[in-house]
Amino acid sequence: MARSVSYRELDWFLFVCVLLICVLGVSEIYSTTQSSPRFAGMHLRQVLWLGLGLAAMFLLARLDYHILLDYAFWVYLAALAGLVAVLLVGKEVFGARRWLEIGGINIQVSEVAKLAIIITLARYLSEVRSERLRFSDLVKVGLLAGAAMILIAAQPDLGTALTLIPILATGIFLAGLKWKHMAALVLIALLVLPGTWHLLRPYQRERLVTFLNPRQSPRHSGYQVLQSQIAVGSGGFWGKGMEKGSQNQLGFIPVRHAEFIMAAYAEEQGFAGVLLSLLLYLMLLLRLVYNAETAPDRAGTLIVAGVASLLLFHLLVNVGMVIGFMPVTGLPLPLMSYGGSATISTWMALGLVMSVRMRRFVNL
Amino acid sequence: MYSGLGNERKVATRRLAILRYATIAGVLLLLIGFWRLQIVRSSYYATLAGRNCIRTLPIMAPRGLILDHDAHVLVDNYPSFSVILVREHMRDPEESLAAIAHGLRLDRAWLEERLEEFRNAAPYHPIVLKDEATLADIAYIEAHRTDLPEIELLMMHRRRYPPHGFGAHLFGYVGEVSKHEVAGGQYNPGAVVGKLGLERRYNEILMGRDGQRRVLVDSRGREVGRLDYEQPIPGRPIRLTIDSDVQLAAERVLEGRQGAVVALNPRTGDILALVSRPAFDPNLFAVRMSPQDWQQLTDDYRKPLLNRVTQAQLAPGSVFKIIVATAALEEGLFDKPFTVRCTGTAHHYGRAFRCWRPEGHGQVDLHKAIVESCDIFFYEVGKRLGIERIAYYAQKLGLGGPTGVDLPSEARGLVPSPGWKQRAHQEAWWPGDTISVAVGQGPVIVTPLQLAYVLGGIASGGVLVRPHLLLDSDNRNREATTYRFPLKEGTVRELTDAMWGVVNEGGTGAVARLPEIDVAGKTGTTQLVGYDTLRRIGSPSSRQPQLVDNAWFVGMAPRRNPEIVVTVLLEHGGHGAAAAPLAREVIRAYYEKKNRGGPPQYAQRSPSNQAQRD
Repeated sequence: MARSVSYRELDWFLFVCVLLICVLGVSEIYSTTQSSPRFAGMHLRQVLWLGLGLAAMFLLARLDYHILLDYAFWVYLAALAGLVAVLLVGKEVFGARRWLEIGGINIQVSEVAKLAIIITLARYLSEVRSERLRFSDLVKVGLLAGAAMILIAAQPDLGTALTLIPILATGIFLAGLKWKHMAALVLIALLVLPGTWHLLRPYQRERLVTFLNPRQSPRHSGYQVLQSQIAVGSGGFWGKGMEKGSQNQLGFIPVRHAEFIMAAYAEEQGFAGVLLSLLLYLMLLLRLVYNAETAPDRAGTLIVAGVASLLLFHLLVNVGMVIGFMPVTGLPLPLMSYGGSATISTWMALGLVMSVRMRRFVNL
Repeated sequence: MYSGLGNERKVATRRLAILRYATIAGVLLLLIGFWRLQIVRSSYYATLAGRNCIRTLPIMAPRGLILDHDAHVLVDNYPSFSVILVREHMRDPEESLAAIAHGLRLDRAWLEERLEEFRNAAPYHPIVLKDEATLADIAYIEAHRTDLPEIELLMMHRRRYPPHGFGAHLFGYVGEVSKHEVAGGQYNPGAVVGKLGLERRYNEILMGRDGQRRVLVDSRGREVGRLDYEQPIPGRPIRLTIDSDVQLAAERVLEGRQGAVVALNPRTGDILALVSRPAFDPNLFAVRMSPQDWQQLTDDYRKPLLNRVTQAQLAPGSVFKIIVATAALEEGLFDKPFTVRCTGTAHHYGRAFRCWRPEGHGQVDLHKAIVESCDIFFYEVGKRLGIERIAYYAQKLGLGGPTGVDLPSEARGLVPSPGWKQRAHQEAWWPGDTISVAVGQGPVIVTPLQLAYVLGGIASGGVLVRPHLLLDSDNRNREATTYRFPLKEGTVRELTDAMWGVVNEGGTGAVARLPEIDVAGKTGTTQLVGYDTLRRIGSPSSRQPQLVDNAWFVGMAPRRNPEIVVTVLLEHGGHGAAAAPLAREVIRAYYEKKNRGGPPQYAQRSPSNQAQRD
């Protein structure tokens, strides 16, 4: 199996797109934090995360993804163990256990678990021999993803838990979901959705209510959305300029260096800047789809498509929240939001993509 | 070894294409969202962003000080914090109002009413919710800077008036502008304006122009920078003709009584003292007055808000004899020796008219008639003059119309005439009416200020200077406000000597006598019930104080071309003689002040009203 591959085979187009997005992100993190004594210098730490992520990407690219597929069972088990550990001994911040402290470093296990699920599902679905997925296959992959989802939701981190759904959906869809099964799943989802209301925590309900009617309680989370929309809208076409957004600089945008970084960016760089960043994201995502098409095997396709759907979901939910299309969740904007675990795990996901990419001409 | 490798099979490319289209659609959807916010509704959100971080805070302009003649401060301001609400900063009226009502312990309904009053005002216009903020209020505002950015503390300059109602009717008071005045377009709602007295009359001078500053605040409501600053323009001071020493003497003599005292210098028209009792405390109005306090003031039957000096309209009684005597002298009635025999009663037009002294005064000439205030003599004089001539002189000398004093709502008084009676009562003048009018009874009514003005004018030979309170230090307006009705020298001599006699020859005003000072004067007693009724019910003093006569005294010094004229009105004070010692004390205070030395040295430095007005 040991084939020699060269970094020359890396997808450099994808790499440049990703780097450009990171540049936009770091400069906006600088703009949002430079005036605050508490957060000053955060952009440098983000550069550090990027460096670590970059290294992780190169390492993973080098590693043949088939090896990961071989150990998929253990990868999956490790992820579940990590998630259970978070619930048992995780660090509690703002009433949620999401971080595991290992050697002085706080790791958000769920970020890595997502990748484990991508690999697990790729392995399982690529082994299905039939043209179309059987019902029993659906139940099995559903249980695999569901277990991780429940553990993440229990932290509680509903946003991240929900990111497993597009991964699962994309996987089964590409692996040959029957149309009648798809119809049944959509129907079930529609029926179950109202019931989940009772499972939501008060703050989650409030966010949903707020999302449906932001003016109803402007003091709480509706206030965040409103302030975010004000920031975006007041940016106009050309934006107010770097470090000149009043909503950003005076602290009206909530968590403006992380989840709401797009609001700060849109305020200061305007519609022109938004256009640039969204075009970069679009190129990145389309390139991922292209890589999925050109993957050497079914498992490779499923891995790359899983990463693509994960990033698309993050983009839609996060940016949708900033402009008021989506309820407030803690999902970061990949590659732009500040954050160690999220940044590194995104780069690792890209490493998986590169690993598939570099082997596209092998054994065809 | 991974087994899937052996069985290569591409996933349907068609399904990957769907993922591609979903991606494009998703990003397009986001772009539409940004387009809507950043292009379509950009200006709306820009306004919201500005409103978020820009606060417009007013800087209140202090009202001008009120100074006395010697430039002593009579009315000044003190700083105090008020809680204001700026609607522009309000995020959610429904929720905020409930929180504010609870936090500041205000009535919710009142709060809404209050906001409604300002509906048409600019949204940045401050609305005062509470004066004299307590520590609890301040703590509440500070603690809710983030969620209640619309409430603010604002330093106000609150009026401080002298205590115990000193000069209350002079100064009046200030208050929030009424809806009616706002509708006139002159003031912003919520503006503090003069409501009564000089505060009202000279509001234009006293009221400053509020400034404002626009500041940048962060999301926690902390000020992080200043955008611009508009300096407030403080109100200008006014300097009065009031002499605090004379005023104080006048305040003292009326303490605990009901009536009025006014002292003026007829040469200049300067009002030296002006007191009306009962008084009110204008400081009560400086802070939002409680409805109970207001009710008490307006319901008081003794009418403490009434400025009796310019607004009480009462029969002048025997003081009016001076006007009748002036008419008679001018008309030459006394060119030939003229005496009347007083027996206590005289019959005119088939009716008996009595003298105040039942036993009569015997043979009476003009001098004695004034000194002893003989009614019988003046019945005869009035009868000979006729009402038309009495009315003519009374009006020419300044009765029956406002003096033009610089206080709002001055009463006109009334000089009756046949024409007036026809108009007002659709009745013909009855000759007997003239007899009553000749002694200042019946329908003739005057204000205390009018009496001081007219008697001072007569003693000055018919030169009447409009009384005023705003100091005209260079006498710039003297000519324009002087009215001349020249009297014969003999008239003036005869009358002033007679009025001197009232005080110095054992007349009705003998108690007003002051050694070494040339005091003249005239008493007046206004019957509230006729002599006949009085005889029937006996003396009302004990049981029905409201039926006791009003006492008048108009005193002046020196007797000719006086420099001070004092009118004293004591409501239900009894005989006019009772009012005389009060006038004496005011005149004494004036001369004591004068003999102590000239004007105080600092008077020179202080601003004059003219300079201020330019």
